[in-house]
Amino acid sequence: MDKFTVFTPQLLPQEELFASGHRACVGCGEALAVRLVCKALGRDVVIVNATGCMEIVSSQIPRTSWKVPWIHTLFENTASVASGAEAGLKILRKKDRYSGGKVTVVAMAGDGGTSDIGLQALSGAMERGHNLLYVCYDNEAYMNTGVQRSSSTPLGASTTTSPAGEKSVGQFSWKKNMPAIAVAHNISYVATASPSYPFDLMDKVRKGVEATGTSYIHILSVCPTGWRCGSDMAVTLGRLAVETGVFPLYEVEDGKYKLSLDFPRLRPVRDYLKHQGRFRHLTDVIIDKIQDRVTDEYLKLRRKASED
Amino acid sequence: MMSQRVGIEISLAVAEVAKLADVDVVAAYPITPQTHIVERLAELVANGELSAEYIPVESEHSAMSACLGSSAVGARTFTATAGQGLELMHEVVDVAPSLRLPIVMAVANRALSGPLSVWCDHSDAMGVRDCGWVQMFAENGQAAFDLSLCAFRIAEDPSVLLPTMVHLDGFSLSHVIEPISMLEKDELEGFIPPYEHPFPLRPDKPVTMGAFAPPVIYTETRKAQEVALRSSKKVILQAWKEFGHRFGRYYSPVEGYKSKEATTLLLTMGSFGETATVAIDRMRDNGESVGLINLRLWRPFPFDEIRQAVRNADIVIVFDRCLSSGGPGGPVCSEIRSALYGEKKQPQVVSFIGGLGGRDVTPDDFVNVIRRGIEIAEKGSDEEYEMIGVRE
Repeated sequence: MDKFTVFTPQLLPQEELFASGHRACVGCGEALAVRLVCKALGRDVVIVNATGCMEIVSSQIPRTSWKVPWIHTLFENTASVASGAEAGLKILRKKDRYSGGKVTVVAMAGDGGTSDIGLQALSGAMERGHNLLYVCYDNEAYMNTGVQRSSSTPLGASTTTSPAGEKSVGQFSWKKNMPAIAVAHNISYVATASPSYPFDLMDKVRKGVEATGTSYIHILSVCPTGWRCGSDMAVTLGRLAVETGVFPLYEVEDGKYKLSLDFPRLRPVRDYLKHQGRFRHLTDVIIDKIQDRVTDEYLKLRRKASED
Repeated sequence: MMSQRVGIEISLAVAEVAKLADVDVVAAYPITPQTHIVERLAELVANGELSAEYIPVESEHSAMSACLGSSAVGARTFTATAGQGLELMHEVVDVAPSLRLPIVMAVANRALSGPLSVWCDHSDAMGVRDCGWVQMFAENGQAAFDLSLCAFRIAEDPSVLLPTMVHLDGFSLSHVIEPISMLEKDELEGFIPPYEHPFPLRPDKPVTMGAFAPPVIYTETRKAQEVALRSSKKVILQAWKEFGHRFGRYYSPVEGYKSKEATTLLLTMGSFGETATVAIDRMRDNGESVGLINLRLWRPFPFDEIRQAVRNADIVIVFDRCLSSGGPGGPVCSEIRSALYGEKKQPQVVSFIGGLGGRDVTPDDFVNVIRRGIEIAEKGSDEEYEMIGVRE
């Protein structure tokens, strides 16, 4: 696919494959991301969706928001269902029982469905190398069940199961590095993306589709409800996450890291944290600790990207 | 080519069925005592005898999940499991009938942990009793082969479209070599029609599968599944009838052995039916009026056939290979009691449990069970059930 630029929004497909009228919260970053992913994918897909926000807001018997083939079964098995769908289509084609064009199987899950309960199934699929694209929409907690912490919740975030308190800073552990876990499976394409950078996101989706074997895209999806920010903040916060280095945009093609956007100087993490109620309780000491970690991780990433 | 009677391990015969059915996808995880089935299938795929995608998944949960995916895109799908494996995939087992995906699964029945036991009983099967699958129990190798063949036809019948489970007792069937009349592919011609799911996941005609149901519609979806499962009985009977006409072996939901005029009936499910015939023969030789009922179709439960089968009996002794802990005793016995409750003429139903975790039950044991059962029926008992062979 042609590389999108800021001058080419008119090239975007007008067709909405993820229909409006779904029940996502106002200002949902994930719905925006799904819409862009679907635009990039086109019609020739089978989408396998984990239990979670997106499944709940887009499907309710007898209605659906999906204009493409879509299946939801359970929470933790998305990569496995997708493995089966991919294998099924492959053998049907081989046996001349399916003659349509190329179909891409796309698994979609949230951060809980990916980095916690679905990690084993995803690891299995990546290890076996099924030809599918796995997209994780990371809103950094179990939002569908009411903002409980996951292993993808960042340190210091107050959630309903990591509440800030007299003896608690909120989330006590650092965010699990899912893209690194995907990279460790030696798959050919891993990327991070954000709907705040729509052309970059769509480009990566197309690359993921073209890549051989399993590819993995990790999308930061701002959740105004769970992050306790304004419903007009999804795009802004997505940009701030990237500009502060909290969520760098990069690709790993055949093990080779490449920053999609590099900043000679990162904005202070405080600029990102201050808009979110989930971080409101943080002291300067904790914020400094987060700043150090973000800077450190960013430099490590930049070093990896500069390696041959 | 005519079918041949060959000595073959029953697991391998079941794998042969998947080959005869020309399955498209096998997704499986190793677990004793089911492993020989999927090992053989892996071998068949590896040496080109079976054109299928073999997905060596990382757990049974993923095995059944991958089966959902492949069946949903329209591929004929087979898997096998046992014991803990069936427990781990339990959550997914429930989803298959709700999506109307006709997956066929062989279960080499195994006891549940703990303590760990790889040996046979029916605890695993009872855990998935109410999941909405068509389920049947084989009593010997021939039945395991024949019922598995019929399973594809039943599951994929457009009016059924339900997953189907064939239970075979772990080790005592799965690992035993028996003379089995195998069928050749050309003999089968037309018995298992090509699999065409009416609404598979395809871009040219997008469908949404697995949408969630709020309270206003959930009951109706469950009712629809229940109606489908109950109605599957006609198709099951028709499939078994046609199988009998074509291949000379007839199956029915409830099988009787010297049962017609017997005043006392022993009822078993699975391979114990074979052992028990020896006990029945012995007691008959002794002039005792006893017979055997073997329950083959487990879901949908054959209420009418059971009522028919026991109508002349005074005593029905049900031998369960599973314990419903803290409950009424054996799960099969509960169902029999429930099927007979309210009938005008009711036999006395006595519950026995044994053969747990692979414990052998011999013909002598069955003779003792029948004698003790008659005694309980005559004198009564304070216990809900008796467990046999327990060492104090």
